[in-house]
Amino acid sequence: MSAIRRSRHPPMRAPDLIRFARDAAMGNLLRTALLVLSVAIGVAAVVVLTALGDGARRYVVNEFSSLGSNLVIVLPGRSETGGFNPANAITSTPRDLTINDAQALLRGTAIRRLAPLLVGTSEISVDGKLREVMVAGTTTQFIQVRNLAIAQGRFLPDEDWERGSAEAVIGATIRDELFGPEPALGKLVRIGDRRFRIVGVLKASGQGLGMNSDELVIVPVALAQAMFNSNTLFRILIESRSREDIPAAKAQAEEIIKQRHDGELDVTVITQDAMLATFDRLLGVMTMGVAGIAAISLAVAGILVMNVMLVSVAQRTAEIGLLKALGATGSAIRLTFLAEAAMLSLAGAVVGFVLGHAGAALIRHLYPTFPAYPPAWAVLAGLATALASGILFGVTPARRAAALDPIQALSKR
Amino acid sequence: MSNPPQIELRGVERVFQLGDSQVHALRRLDVSIAPGEYVAVMGPSGSGKSTLLNLIGLLDRPNAGLYLLEGRDVTTLSPDEQARVRSERIGFVFQSFHLVPRLTAAENIALPLTLAGIAPRERAERVALALADYGLEARADHRPDQLSGGQRQRVAIARATVMQPAVILADEPTGNLDRATGEEVIRLLEQLNGRGVTLIIVTHDPNLGNRARRQLLMEDGELRHDSALEGAAK
Ligand SMILES: Nc1ncnc2c1ncn2[C@@H]1O[C@H](COP(=O)(O)OP(=O)(O)OP(=O)(O)O)[C@@H](O)[C@H]1O
Ligand SMILES: [Mg+2]
Repeated sequence: MSAIRRSRHPPMRAPDLIRFARDAAMGNLLRTALLVLSVAIGVAAVVVLTALGDGARRYVVNEFSSLGSNLVIVLPGRSETGGFNPANAITSTPRDLTINDAQALLRGTAIRRLAPLLVGTSEISVDGKLREVMVAGTTTQFIQVRNLAIAQGRFLPDEDWERGSAEAVIGATIRDELFGPEPALGKLVRIGDRRFRIVGVLKASGQGLGMNSDELVIVPVALAQAMFNSNTLFRILIESRSREDIPAAKAQAEEIIKQRHDGELDVTVITQDAMLATFDRLLGVMTMGVAGIAAISLAVAGILVMNVMLVSVAQRTAEIGLLKALGATGSAIRLTFLAEAAMLSLAGAVVGFVLGHAGAALIRHLYPTFPAYPPAWAVLAGLATALASGILFGVTPARRAAALDPIQALSKR
Repeated sequence: MSNPPQIELRGVERVFQLGDSQVHALRRLDVSIAPGEYVAVMGPSGSGKSTLLNLIGLLDRPNAGLYLLEGRDVTTLSPDEQARVRSERIGFVFQSFHLVPRLTAAENIALPLTLAGIAPRERAERVALALADYGLEARADHRPDQLSGGQRQRVAIARATVMQPAVILADEPTGNLDRATGEEVIRLLEQLNGRGVTLIIVTHDPNLGNRARRQLLMEDGELRHDSALEGAAK
């Protein structure tokens, strides 16, 4: 007679396990579809929301970058932190930031070029057409510092900053609105109560945070000062010699202004990098927060997976008892249920991944300038959370199935 | 007599706790069954027949007493070891067939092989053989709900035998079948017994019970009558 063999019982083969779990999932299509959908919604939410958050970050970063490269900005008034702070704009100015200050900055060895900037609104009129515009008073190097390009004519001439000839450069939108198909170059226009000759038209760019160069009228800084009756500048835009020279340019700008302002540093010098870093951080944190909120929906999906799997264990009691009678070990039964939970959440994660990317693509299609790409970390975290929660919440039902008493399971019809 | 027993129960008790009261499903039971025997277990409802079969099949543990299977004490085995014994030595046939509804006949028959981790190729060969043995070739891809009762029970028997167990335990295997189909199922089981497999059938039908070479009569958890002992006594 053959004795009970003592050989190790080989476990169920992985492909069999997967096929068994798949068949079990397919046995109840509605249940499976609902579970997959709930996980998919969670993953899709992570993908779309982080695409929005990170898209906002990229958008702002792009906008800043388009201001110009290696930019250092001097603004009147002192901010305590020295970092970028939007409140600077309304800080009272103790001492004027003047054209002479700007000119003095040209001494800085790390400074390649610079442009003073004075901004105000006025009216432009030609041939009876009237339009309110933003007027920027500056000098000839503004176009390089701000990375702008000329479409027609030329930019402001290189001349004495204190005098300035009555010449203006206009943005593309202004040109279209005032002149239509007519040539604009050489035309005389009235800006405020002064007459200017148009010498150039800017190339359309549609960019520039807060100051769209397409709707800008640029005149010599001295004339703008007279027009707005103002001695102080709005900004001095500085371009450093190189990226490495940005800190040096900042230090030199501060030193020179301090000397000129009786040893008091009453201006704020910010670098583009600092602004970028601030926004980058701010919006990065926001994206993570949004991802966290979306992840909660994944946890909810996990709990749903658990409950549905528990119901499924109850429904399949007889089957579990049978499997035990046929020689299934507790771990084999645990594994089949875990595999099923893992497959459901994996399917949900894949569907959600596709849906989320489709959603992000749709947003990009609707808003072409908005770079709504989900960051890789968020996508990975979303997929991992979906899988982990599915498996984690699958453990309890799997345990319960394995612990079923086979006799009672079998006697249940 | 000369053969050592394959199944040996000594003083086995099984008590179920139902609230405050205790149900003695089996009381101090002593039974020995030799390899290749054909045993019918009979008795009124609630007398403990199924409980006995479940104990022999290692689906249940006695509260007291000893169970030796092929000379080895199996009551102290771990659940996984018991699962292995069920897988390799024991085949079950149930009154209500217990086929997995979403699996085809062939897949149901393959289930014990799959659970035992047997390679797909060998599995396919053994399933094909089993399908042929029980005249189910044409039904291989049918689901249980596309099969008649007799066909379902044949699938269940094929599944119970596909691991070539030493013992077949059948709890009222004809209970859900008409007489002719039941006869046919019993003949199949008897054929297996003819090839040396120990066959233990629980039945209410005296005609079926009398076909067995040995009858055990249960009553109120006790063994009232054992035709083997009677023969020895005379
Ligand atoms: N899980 C359980 N919990 C409590 N009592 C049980 C349990 N299983 C069986 N019993 C009781 O044990 C006794 C024997 O039951 P068993 O199922 O072995 O009877 P049986 O002889 O198979 O009856 P039948 O012919 O109706 O199938 C019965 O009184 C039954 O109520
Ligand atoms: Mg019974």
